[in-house]
Amino acid sequence: MENALQRFYHAFALWGVPAVVPQLIVMLLVATVVILFIAVSVMFMIWWERKISAHIQVRYGPMRVGGWHGWAQSIADGIKLLLKEDIIPTGADKLVFALAPMVVFAAAFAAYVIIPFGPNLIVRDLNIGVLFYISISSLTVVGIIMAGWSSNNKYSVLGALRSAAQAVSYEVPLVVSVLGVIMTVGSLSMIQIVEAQQRIWFVIPQFFGFLVYLTAAIAECNRLPFDIPEAESELVAGFHVEYSGMRFAIFFLAEYANMFTVSAIATTLFLGGWHGPLLPPWLWFLIKTYFLIFVMMWLRWTLARLRVDQLMYLGWKVLLPLAFLNMGVTGLVLVLRG
Amino acid sequence: MTVTQVVFYVLAAFTVGAAFIVVLATNIVHSAIALVFTFFGVAALYILLDAEFLAAVQVLLYVGGITILLLFAIMLTSRISARGVRILNEQAGISALVVFAIFALMAYANLRVVVPAGPPPPASYATASLGRLLLTTYVLPFEAVSILLLAAMVGAIILARREREKD
Repeated sequence: MENALQRFYHAFALWGVPAVVPQLIVMLLVATVVILFIAVSVMFMIWWERKISAHIQVRYGPMRVGGWHGWAQSIADGIKLLLKEDIIPTGADKLVFALAPMVVFAAAFAAYVIIPFGPNLIVRDLNIGVLFYISISSLTVVGIIMAGWSSNNKYSVLGALRSAAQAVSYEVPLVVSVLGVIMTVGSLSMIQIVEAQQRIWFVIPQFFGFLVYLTAAIAECNRLPFDIPEAESELVAGFHVEYSGMRFAIFFLAEYANMFTVSAIATTLFLGGWHGPLLPPWLWFLIKTYFLIFVMMWLRWTLARLRVDQLMYLGWKVLLPLAFLNMGVTGLVLVLRG
Repeated sequence: MTVTQVVFYVLAAFTVGAAFIVVLATNIVHSAIALVFTFFGVAALYILLDAEFLAAVQVLLYVGGITILLLFAIMLTSRISARGVRILNEQAGISALVVFAIFALMAYANLRVVVPAGPPPPASYATASLGRLLLTTYVLPFEAVSILLLAAMVGAIILARREREKD
């Protein structure tokens, strides 16, 4: 992989083309591959979630489109959303309204830079790895607030405000829960974190960190039982009430892409990344990630929604002290071991 | 011009343009959203200077924390987000003068600085060493700043509480 890249750059250098040109070509190719992966994986996840929800509720879910268990349902839905009329409400702030889905999707898309699918299958092994994800994911909330405010609709503003409050409160335990792993490895790089888990997965020494991370991550994704920003019984659909057609589809795409990112980061930090016997590394990584996604879907269709005050109680008075305790104990053990 | 220079000028234009929107937008929500893009441009400039940690922290704190709280405050304040607010008052001329004086001073200082010849010193930019310094050499200023922030937080809560009792 590295060699092929070197040869590619070298070929351009022979022709006297400045190094920027092949670099840009590689960037575009990688970005296209990532977008294709996101699209396919999201379509699969939507079909999968509909099947899981259906079976939890003792029904079949989509069965007709495409033949075998309605596998082509998401593709049909995607085409339908693409072909729908693009509606912008009269009272909306048009520029911000159009910009909001792009901001949300850009944040979800950028996070894929640091996901290590395999020993060499990573877009860029940044030395600030985990921190990059944490910082870039905070852009999602800005997009959600933009969407909620620009729609000029009571429900969407309420949804956006709830989302902001939730994201700010759950970002703190999320960051602190990750610190235990970073302290043990002594690096923020995703590759080094995975390589440090050759002998033991961090889910065992960092069990509380894993629990806090998973809970806070579900809240960051605005999924049940933490989906009060889009609680349909009170807010119709929250921040995206006024969105339809393609713009709505982009929000939906970003939400599922975020779910994948959150699970992939959990796999990297706590479940040993690509490590596993027999099967190739990328397959192990995908199996673990999709297992965590399955857990998130399972929780969504099993638990009831929290109230706003319960949400704040859980975030500040349960998760945050637990995360700090985990960080303190990890630090103590590391110091005692020397 | 090298590629780095081109990228620098594009980023600088982006950042300054967004900053102009922050100041000149008549709608305060537009100002706040433009502020997000300004912070992002500054973070990109940090990356251009190989200061990746600083860039990530910049996005995390300013975009993820401060701007969101700002937008939150704007939306909870009634009528502040109304369109067509006057953005200039009668002191516009004097402030323009002060701004240009500061700009001229900074430009003069920047042009007078002699850049030492030879390659720049290698950036020893490890996040780990940053953390170590913060907890050894600079531990006293670090703790002092934490106490200051804690005091400010307690103060803000007390002020907000008193306000509520009055209502």
